[in-house]
Amino acid sequence: MNNSSIYRSLYRIRLFETRVLDNFSRGIFKGTTHTCLGQEANAVGVLAKLDADDIVFSHHRCHGHYLAYGGDMRALFAELLGKSTGVCGGRGGSQHLHWRNFYSNGIQGGIVPIATGMAYAEKCQNRSTVTIAFLGDGTFGEGVIYEAFNMASLWQVPVLYVIENNRIAQTTPIELAMAGSISSRFDAFGIQTTELDTSDVLEILSTAQPIIDGIRLHGKPQALILNTYRFGPHSKGDDTRSEAYLAEIKSVRDPILIHGKRLEAEERWMIEQEVTQEVDTAYQQALQDPFPSVESFSM
Amino acid sequence: MNNTVLASLNSALHQAFAQDEKVYLLGEDVLDPYGGAFKVSRGLSQAFPQRVITTPISEAGIVGVATGMALRGLHPIVEIMFGDFLTLAADQIINHLSKFHWMYNSQVQLPLVIRTPMGGRRGYGPTHSQSLEKIFLGIPGLRVVAPTVFGDPGALLCDAILNSQEPTLFIENKLLYPLPVKNANDLAEFDVITTNSNASHSPICGGNHQGSRMAFTVSVHGAPSPKLTLAAYGYMAELALKALYRLAYEHEVFAELIVLTQLAPFDMSPVISSAEKTGRLLVMEESNLTLGWGAEVVARVAEASGNHSIQFRRLAAKDFPVPASPPLEESLFPGEEDIIQASLQLSGKSKD
Repeated sequence: MNNSSIYRSLYRIRLFETRVLDNFSRGIFKGTTHTCLGQEANAVGVLAKLDADDIVFSHHRCHGHYLAYGGDMRALFAELLGKSTGVCGGRGGSQHLHWRNFYSNGIQGGIVPIATGMAYAEKCQNRSTVTIAFLGDGTFGEGVIYEAFNMASLWQVPVLYVIENNRIAQTTPIELAMAGSISSRFDAFGIQTTELDTSDVLEILSTAQPIIDGIRLHGKPQALILNTYRFGPHSKGDDTRSEAYLAEIKSVRDPILIHGKRLEAEERWMIEQEVTQEVDTAYQQALQDPFPSVESFSM
Repeated sequence: MNNTVLASLNSALHQAFAQDEKVYLLGEDVLDPYGGAFKVSRGLSQAFPQRVITTPISEAGIVGVATGMALRGLHPIVEIMFGDFLTLAADQIINHLSKFHWMYNSQVQLPLVIRTPMGGRRGYGPTHSQSLEKIFLGIPGLRVVAPTVFGDPGALLCDAILNSQEPTLFIENKLLYPLPVKNANDLAEFDVITTNSNASHSPICGGNHQGSRMAFTVSVHGAPSPKLTLAAYGYMAELALKALYRLAYEHEVFAELIVLTQLAPFDMSPVISSAEKTGRLLVMEESNLTLGWGAEVVARVAEASGNHSIQFRRLAAKDFPVPASPPLEESLFPGEEDIIQASLQLSGKSKD
């Protein structure tokens, strides 16, 4: 990926999530959603250069991961709208996606042993696949992840745990939910950990790449902790943080602004126009797509 | 000499491992010479050391790992040491493995078996004696199978491991392990009709493949037409068979016993047709009475049947935790005598 395609990838996620959030408040999208505004660089940086067989398992905040993995935007809009053309035919909605080797589920922590098991199965079958599991700081309250870390290390499983620490779980700040540190928890299991505090996609990309290569080569689990900032609400309209705080983090930690500076203004403008066109088209198509027929409703 | 249920299950595991190198076993203390707490897995780690994985005490974690393995094309078996510990894996079972096939628009298969011993009457007390399978009935996407002394318990297990693309919870009542699988000699005094609504013609599992949705309809040989239906699964079927015989010879109450092996999804047709014919239905289970399997069976029969005069009774464990003390524990679970008394009451032959 070059700087332009990276910028395009970041901007696609930003615009997709903005479109979703704006239209939730207008009642077009129903149910729930969790946008990754502000965290786009994590998805793009980590997933920039995967092998076709590599596996990604994400969680409730999965749209950015799905788009960065290469998932189709119209299918994602359609899934959120409950349309038959959706990623899972409208059965799963925002949090429950599966396309090629991309998976997500909406239960905190439960995907971590599953991703570990997928990586273990790949090892059993002598494949060089790397499995990437995304989890957030809030998920560190769930016990099952420690069972998974333990087995991953015991059995030397080729898995990368990517922790997006946005310092807040729904409305609860990390200080009220986590004792000790994330990295020391991995240390306890003998899992090598790398930690970054950046919203610069290139820094994330250049750090993640050798880690993924190393896992492919040596077959051992690793963790990558990405300290990051969530600009939007946990879901919709449930942000309890102050406007001043949000304005401050947006001014210094916006991955779109940070990476956008590497492009000429004209090129940036061109990409933004093209992405806007792409999002408009995908959204309009998904709106017009049919709902699944009730007759198709079976196991 | 008869094969015991334990030997049947153990040899089925050996057979499945030998047939397909995608078969793996994960569980606590499953390595030889111990071979698992109830010895169902004995000999496997010696014969297939690469594919038998002893795990930390992490029920949720190992069910999750096995789910991931199944998503990548392997056929993992998880041994949960006691069925009571399934609650620790409930999130993995309910929110993950039973959801994935449907939720992902039928794009994935989950050939995964969770086997676990259930049941009491062994003095293990409140947390090692329960029959918790009722909690896992009625979950879309999860099949629940319970072997009995009828048919071929090993073939049921082998089928679930090798032929099924859906996750299966395989419930082994502990008291079944030492019992002989009934052969024709054991059943010489009975007529047994076997029905199977999902047989396949797969040549594997020793050519003995039967599908999981088996029903055995048992009556005393030469008895007049039955006036009572007994419905049971698991170990209760053994007790019901004894009661069936004594009811005929000691009380001249002629009944028909329906034994089911697949508890979910439900196929109640053998019970419905029998109860319509006899007009009386007694259902029995080892779970606590309230909101149990029997309640669902009775409701289904009542809704489906054109015979509105069917009389019903349920037998189940009392709504208490399972006591460790032997006389208390015995009083908690329905026994052979309880089946006889309930049958007599239902048949209008009791003074109660």
